Amino acid sequence: MNKNLLYSVTALFDTPDGIIHAAEAVRNAGYKRYDVHTPYPVHGMDDAMELKDSKLGFITLGAGLLGGAGVFAFISWVFLAAYPNVIGGKPYFSWPAFVPVTFEITVLSAVLLTIGSLIVFFFKFPNNSHPLHDTPYMKNVSSDKFGISIQANDPKFDEAAVTALLSSLHPLTVAPVFYDEEELRHTWTTFDPKFLALLVGVALFVSGSTYLHLNKLLYLPPFDWMSNQNKFKPQTPTAQYDDTRMMRSAPDGTVARGFIPYPFKGMPDSAGKYLVNPLQPTSEALALGKTKFLTYCSPCHGNFARGDSRLRGQFPNPPTLHSDKVRNWPDGNIFHVITEGQNIMPSYASQVSREERWAIVHYVRALQRAFNAKESDTQ
Amino acid sequence: MSTSAIDYTIDHPAVAGTPSAASIDEVIAAPIDSKPSKGWWIGLAITGSMLGVGILSISWLFYKGTGVWGVNQPVGWGFDIVNFVFWVGIGHAGTLISAILFLLRQKWRTGIARFAEAMTIFAVMCALIFPLIHTGRPWLAAVYLFPYPNQHGLWVNFTSPLLWDVFAVSTYFTVSFVFWYIGLIPDFAMLRDRATTKFKKIAYSIFSLGWRHSNRHWQHYEKAYLILAGFSTPLVLSVHTIVSFDFAVSVIPGWHTTIFPPYFVAGAVFSGFAMVQNVLIVTRKYFNLEHIITINHLENMNKVIVLTGSIVGYAYAMEFFIAWYSGNPLEQFVFLNRALGPYAWAYWTMVTCNVVFPQLFWIKKVRTNIIGMFIIGVFVNVGMWFERFVIVVTSLSRDFLPSSWGHYVPTAVDFGVFIGSIGLFFTLVLLFVRVLPVVSMSEIKAVLPGAQPSRH
Ligand code: HEC
Repeated sequence: MNKNLLYSVTALFDTPDGIIHAAEAVRNAGYKRYDVHTPYPVHGMDDAMELKDSKLGFITLGAGLLGGAGVFAFISWVFLAAYPNVIGGKPYFSWPAFVPVTFEITVLSAVLLTIGSLIVFFFKFPNNSHPLHDTPYMKNVSSDKFGISIQANDPKFDEAAVTALLSSLHPLTVAPVFYDEEELRHTWTTFDPKFLALLVGVALFVSGSTYLHLNKLLYLPPFDWMSNQNKFKPQTPTAQYDDTRMMRSAPDGTVARGFIPYPFKGMPDSAGKYLVNPLQPTSEALALGKTKFLTYCSPCHGNFARGDSRLRGQFPNPPTLHSDKVRNWPDGNIFHVITEGQNIMPSYASQVSREERWAIVHYVRALQRAFNAKESDTQ
Repeated sequence: MSTSAIDYTIDHPAVAGTPSAASIDEVIAAPIDSKPSKGWWIGLAITGSMLGVGILSISWLFYKGTGVWGVNQPVGWGFDIVNFVFWVGIGHAGTLISAILFLLRQKWRTGIARFAEAMTIFAVMCALIFPLIHTGRPWLAAVYLFPYPNQHGLWVNFTSPLLWDVFAVSTYFTVSFVFWYIGLIPDFAMLRDRATTKFKKIAYSIFSLGWRHSNRHWQHYEKAYLILAGFSTPLVLSVHTIVSFDFAVSVIPGWHTTIFPPYFVAGAVFSGFAMVQNVLIVTRKYFNLEHIITINHLENMNKVIVLTGSIVGYAYAMEFFIAWYSGNPLEQFVFLNRALGPYAWAYWTMVTCNVVFPQLFWIKKVRTNIIGMFIIGVFVNVGMWFERFVIVVTSLSRDFLPSSWGHYVPTAVDFGVFIGSIGLFFTLVLLFVRVLPVVSMSEIKAVLPGAQPSRH
């Protein structure tokens, strides 16, 4: 075997005590480029080899601080500068709500950078062509033996001396490890046709699938069901109707659900003649009438219907409802005025329901009677 | 001390008996080296069919849209969020065992940590299905899930719990995965060195990255492991806290409570331990790992289950107390409605499974009885699933306005997707036990009797 291809001389031990002892002996002999291989971390080995504390923690600290500060600054920029937006009535700089994302990104960046640098810079991995791989030595330390390996590039290295030192430590075996000659000679060319073919293949796959996704898949039924729904839209033309419009108006005589048409439109006299108040003048009906009167009528007609409006002349003063005219009207006429309005008084049909209108009528009647009380009413 | 009946200083050995390091290799690598048995194939057939049901359901969902689910106003969150929270919770046991017990120097964790971590990763994968598919058109999900501005330059809302959730769960998944992988590297190297076929040799070489068991590497490796454990601990607590914010930050009665974060974390650990315990019971029996995953380990897990189960029970009681004590009629109604309303059956299933049965673990006989603990573990998982169902559905189905109340009934597709996620989980577990060492060999060797030098 070619001497120049020697990588190291190795020795295997059976017990953790043996390997600690061996590591100390090798260290004391002044070797620098040596390593210990154990199936699991052996306590005290770092001291035996006089290794300095791992510096990995500094990378974690730096990465975490950088990631955390960076994302906090970024979120602040988003909320303060990029697009200030009031969310939930909170100030723009609601920093407590930035904490969760900041925390997660701190952890993520610290962990990924720590592990990334651990693998790439500390371990110099991936490396499957190390001379120790595929040796009986490696197979043993992988399972249950403890090994030490003194490298040939150590300044003090001398094969005979190293072998003698290791043999004196009662090892199981002592064996040299060589570089794999073939592997050393192997050169890798960048423009290997196979590699280029792979690149082209990947490029075709990525661009093809992106194209299919963005231009075909998104517009393919049924995935366009949300944008193209199976229904007519008001502004679209159609051949179905003569006027070619999709938007239709309701057929004549259509009424809304729950709506009863008013038969005395423009006919106050008939209303007075034919309509009868369907409500009994109970205290509930009067209470309802009072609420509705105070809500809808009192601004114009006054709290007691005396025509003393609160409108302060901004609207022609509405009349009192205690006039002889109104007092002598049948109930139906008052109902009609509320339903239809009268001259400049607008209709209240849409605000005040049928039943409420009749309750108001009762209440107006009660007010009229109160203001024109007869002697007999007091008894 | 001498008069005391129990000696609390006894530390149960991490493994039973005195196996040698080489025999550990044999036992743990046996499932990987041997051909799968009939039982394994039958198991895979069952879980595979469940997975198939899930794939069919999801395909139908993509074809028709999310209308095939039972969700609608007012219950806009149904099985999707229930299953999501359930699975994320299952994952918590793994990180707890691998990180928190590591920091607490609990040696007994070595036998179960790898398995629990793997289950974390699989559970989070199952959980991630739901937020992805609930978008209806997940190939557009990049647009909803990734934080980049829209065409008006408006960024996503970084102060929204749902966005926190995206960050929390994806960070959790990534960190758990890295943690797991870092733990696997020495074992990959060991499998590489005992591989007999060329395929295995190449595969394990790639995954081992060329690990050489060098002490100059172990030194940094152990440091990295400590750092990862240190980060995973607050991370795992943050994940379910943030998941609970999805509810707690809203104003729905029954959700808007400050007890949610600790209550969710305890529940997550509770259900996760039950799931790990269940799967470990089957695995150790099946692969003859009884001396590595010992009855002591299972007993310890049961102790954690009874502790977290009691915390969960306390939280249930506290929710009722606060509802009464706050004097808020909406809050009071929600809790009465949980216990007596249309979903009372779900509520009482939850209480029985989560509060009543685990209390049996106070009895040592039950705690150390394999059949007994297995059954209780199953109950806990059923109960914890119902807990999420109760929280999500009862609060939404009857909130402020009786006029907008509704009743949520999941559809067959809802069940199909859920069954599919269970199928995915156990399929991954079955594949895992075949291709990766279920117990960390490098860690277990380090805690064997006589594994460390006598001077230290
Ligand atoms: C916007 C102010 C306004 C409101 C509100 C209003 N009215 Fe009038 N009301 C008037 C005016 C003005 C007249 C006089 C119309 C006219 O010139 O014939 C009038 C007339 C009337 C008359 C007929 C009186 C008469 O002598 O001809 C009655 C009855 C009446 N209102 C009842 C009501 C009732 C009941 C309500 C509540 C539902 C009400 N009004 C609400 C302004 C109002």
